[in-house]
Order: sequence, then C-alpha cells, then structure tokens
Amino acid sequence: MADGKSTLDVLKERFAEHIEDSHSFRGDDTVVLKREGLKDVCKFLKDDPAQKYDLLMDLTCVDFPEREKRLEVVYHLYSIPHKKRIRLKVLVSEGSPTVETVSDLWMVADWLEREAWDMFGVEFKGHPDLRRILLYEEFEGHPLRKDYHPLKEQPRVKMREVTEARFTRRKEIRPMDGSPEDAGFLERSHEEAGPPRGKR
Amino acid sequence: MATQTTDEDSKEEYMFINMGPSHPAMHGTIRIKLHLDGETVVSSDVEVGYLHRGFEKMCETHTWNACLLYTDRLNYVSPLINNVGFVLAVEKLYGLKVPERCQYIRVVASEISRLADHLTCIAASVMELGALTAFLYLMKAREYLYDLIEDACGARVTTTYMRVGGIAADLPPGFAEKTLEALPKVEECIKDVDGLMTRNRIFMDRVVKTGVISKEDAVSHGFTGPCLRSTGVPYDVRKAQPYLVYDRMDFDVPVGTTGDNYDRYLVRLEEMNQSMKIIRRALKDMPDGPVNVDDRSVVLPPKEEVYTNIEALMNHFKLVMTGHGLKPPVGEVYFPVEGGNGELGFYIVSDGADKPYRVRARSPSFCLMSGLSKMIDGGMVADIVPSFGSINMIGGECDR
Repeated sequence: MADGKSTLDVLKERFAEHIEDSHSFRGDDTVVLKREGLKDVCKFLKDDPAQKYDLLMDLTCVDFPEREKRLEVVYHLYSIPHKKRIRLKVLVSEGSPTVETVSDLWMVADWLEREAWDMFGVEFKGHPDLRRILLYEEFEGHPLRKDYHPLKEQPRVKMREVTEARFTRRKEIRPMDGSPEDAGFLERSHEEAGPPRGKR
Repeated sequence: MATQTTDEDSKEEYMFINMGPSHPAMHGTIRIKLHLDGETVVSSDVEVGYLHRGFEKMCETHTWNACLLYTDRLNYVSPLINNVGFVLAVEKLYGLKVPERCQYIRVVASEISRLADHLTCIAASVMELGALTAFLYLMKAREYLYDLIEDACGARVTTTYMRVGGIAADLPPGFAEKTLEALPKVEECIKDVDGLMTRNRIFMDRVVKTGVISKEDAVSHGFTGPCLRSTGVPYDVRKAQPYLVYDRMDFDVPVGTTGDNYDRYLVRLEEMNQSMKIIRRALKDMPDGPVNVDDRSVVLPPKEEVYTNIEALMNHFKLVMTGHGLKPPVGEVYFPVEGGNGELGFYIVSDGADKPYRVRARSPSFCLMSGLSKMIDGGMVADIVPSFGSINMIGGECDR
C-alpha cells in the first residue's frame, strides 16, 4: 500500500453508499457491498492505479439458509503489482438471486460464475453463456446449497440424441433451468441438418 | 439447401469434432468440442466436470482433520501441497503458529511434491509428442521421490501427512541423508531429458510459438503459477506472500517471455532445479524440536501418555469422538499456497463446530482451463496436444 491507506479505507471513503459492512479478521479484509454497487466498486478496484486488482482469484458463494439473504457471493481479488488482497461480498436472497456479472472485467469470471450458478443457483445478469459447468445439464437442483442432502439421488436421464451441433457462445442469455433444450448451443436434429457436410 | 459462398454460410462447412473425454492425450478427462476448418481450430468449447466428486460438499460433513483425506485427492500428483494448504488455512483461522521444525518439514514436503508434479507434467506432455524415452527417464526420477515420501508418511500418493497444528509423525531417522542421496539421481535424469528435449528440432517445432497466450489475457483468465510466469509475470506466492519459512529460502523464480508451450516447459524445468535448491537448504537448516504445536485442544497427546494417564486419555477422547474434536473460532479465512499449477487457495468458513461450514478450494487448473480456448483457437488440431499438456490440468483439482 504505497500511500499507507488500506483498500478498506479507500473504499469506505469513496463508496460509502455501497458498503453495508466491513471487517478484518486474521489479516483478511472483507467488504460487504450492496448489489447495485458491485460493478462500480469492481471497476474502480481493477482500474485505479493505486489499487490495480488485476487478478480475480476466486468467485464463490456461501449458503446461510437461516438468513433472509441466504446466498453470499464472495469475490477474492489480488493485486499483482501491489501484492495485496481483498474480499468482496454481496448478499442475495433466494427470491432474487441475481448479481451483475464481472466477466467483462476479468475473463475468468465467465467460468467461475458458471460454477456459482451450477452449485448455488446464483444468476449473473449479463453473463454471455450461463450454463452448468461441473455437472451435467439434466442435473436437478443446486448441490452446494445447504438444503441439498449430500446423499440425494438424481433421477435417471434419457440418453441424448447425438446431433450435428452448431454452437454459438455469445448469445442472449436467460437463466438455465437445466432442461436439455436450454443447452448453451443450438442443436439441430438429423432431419433438419441433412446429410453431413464437410469441406469439399 | 445449397451452400453459398458467403462467409456467414461457409460456417456450414466447418467440421464439428469432439475430443475426449476418453482420449489418449486428454489426460484427466476433458472434453473439447472443436469447430475445425480442415486442420485449423476455428473455435472450441472446453467442457470440464467429468471428475467432479463433490469435495466441497463432502468437507461440510466431515471433521477438520478428516477433510485432509479429501485434499490429497485434489491435485493428486502433488498431494502434500494440498495438505499443507488446507492445514495452513485452518491454522490461520485458529491463529496458530507451528514450531520451526514443522515448518521446515512442510517446506521440504511441499518442494518434493512440486518436483513430482513438474516431473509428471513434463513427462506426460513430451510423451504425447512421441518422446517415450524422456517419459520413462522422468518416471524413474519420480520413483526416487516417491520412495522418500513413502518413507516419511507411508503412502506414495494419498499422503495425508499433515494435521492441523503439526504433522502426523516426525520424519524417520535418516530421511535427510536419503534425500540428499536421491536428489543427485533426480538431477541426472532431468539433465538427460534436458539434453534430449530442450534443443531437439522435432520438439521445438511442435512447442515453440504454439499455445501462445498474452500477458494481459493470462492475468484476465486468472492464470497463476508456471503458466502465468511463462508469459512474463513474475508472480509466485512463495515470494509475494511468503508462508512457512520460504522467506528464509534463497531461490529464484524463473520467468518466461512469450507465453508459448516452450516457455512453460522451460519454466517448469528450471523450477525443478530451484526446488532442489530449497530442499537442500531446508534440510541443512532444519532445527530439532517438537513437530506439533503445544495446544492440547488441537493436537492429539502422545500415545504413551494416552495409555498410561487419565488426563491424556480424556484429551484424546475430546479430540476424536463424534461431536467433539477441533473447534476453531467462528470466522472465515483465505490462505493461498503455491501449488504445482499456481495459487491453490483454501477459503474456509467456520461456525465454531467440529466440521467446517464451507470449504472452498480455489483451483489453479480450473482457471487455466478457462483460458485453454484462447490458446488453441486459431491453431492446428495437433497443437492442442502440447498446449493441453503444458497447462498440466489435473482433473482432481480442476473439477474437485
């Protein structure tokens, strides 16, 4: 911290209206943000030369089912030039589990947010391609939530039709409910596609 | 449906091919959906998750020391580093500092594991390019290291050597001598492979300028470890935020320039030499003394006392029986260690119970795989093999 002020203090000065809470435990600084302020704070932390948090180390969630805002989206940021870390949190409720995406700031957020969707059901507004990443498409539920029993069994899945698929990644996204038709790429059946065409 | 010659419709002529998850070169079950224009990759979609075993969910139902068993199986070629990472995170939650001897032993264990990881990565990736001899030389080198690990903790791969507050058991007598005997043999194998591969025309043709990723893209994709250092960013957790006794170790961090596969190979090769330097120094400086922290609520009492002394028996009971056990304070911590592939971080949330509330393993390979598409798009199909090999994606770590 070149000028002696920690990131926590800088954020408290500049973005006081977005901050709900902050604390420091065992050397880790944590800031709890309001949902609306996330994007602005992240952009500031990434671009400001005194902060320069260029690495999004981790994006994950923690589930506290007894709270009204049960899902806590946690961001860990690291600054390579200044060698400092900070943790940002946004609390969302189950009724509106939506947070703005940061995949336009850090490209790794693309996959990390897909994992958060997959495991917790948090939707990321503006994400280019929000679909399951670690689990298969037909999986039902969001396993890392506390109300998902560790030994819960999944229903059997019908075998998929093998089709000649054409996929596009950056299409208009709506949240996934896990049904196969909502897969991240367009699939055409054999009849539509016609005979296989390669380069002549 | 007649094919037209406009650009938009010439997409119809691309071939869609699936690579993996069962594929001889996809070590670690990854599926890559490729759009090919002849031999050139037009676009790709990487699909992970074939080895997802629910590590994070399982940790919520197991006690703190039992979670260590699962951490072995994250990056299963360098299990000691996973153990050290988890244990350091829990100790940070407690605010504990383990004795000096324990710290040195953990450093030696981490570096031996890192050696094994880099040996496996280079061996597997050059084997896929056809260099079977180099593969077997490096496997021979790795066997010397596995013998050492087996001496120390009884297992070659699923080590579970660390405990919260210390180590399962002290190093066996003669460990330092055996290590100092084994290291020159490992060095010899590495030198042989260096001579075979580094200036080899066939190898260089396949890895130089393939799988290139720029510095900005690498940082944006969350790259850490050898893959990030190969692009020119000198970020190493051991230097940036030293833990254990790494601040006393005198070692260099090799940094590449172009971010291609060759640079990743060279960075890993040099890192192995630096790891051996650290091991030698740590063994020389290792003090005698206790290996476990002196906190009765965290560490099991010695067995002799448990069998003879009622207080020790009660202590043992309180640490082992269901419902009792380690109870760290309420809070959350994030602790990063330098794994074989990059920053392995454990984010642990505790609510004061004997089981973690949430364990999150920040997996370096997951972030590396997010950048794989960038590395292979625009290249040839054959370049996918060295690119994927040089990333050292470990399935257990990527998918947890």
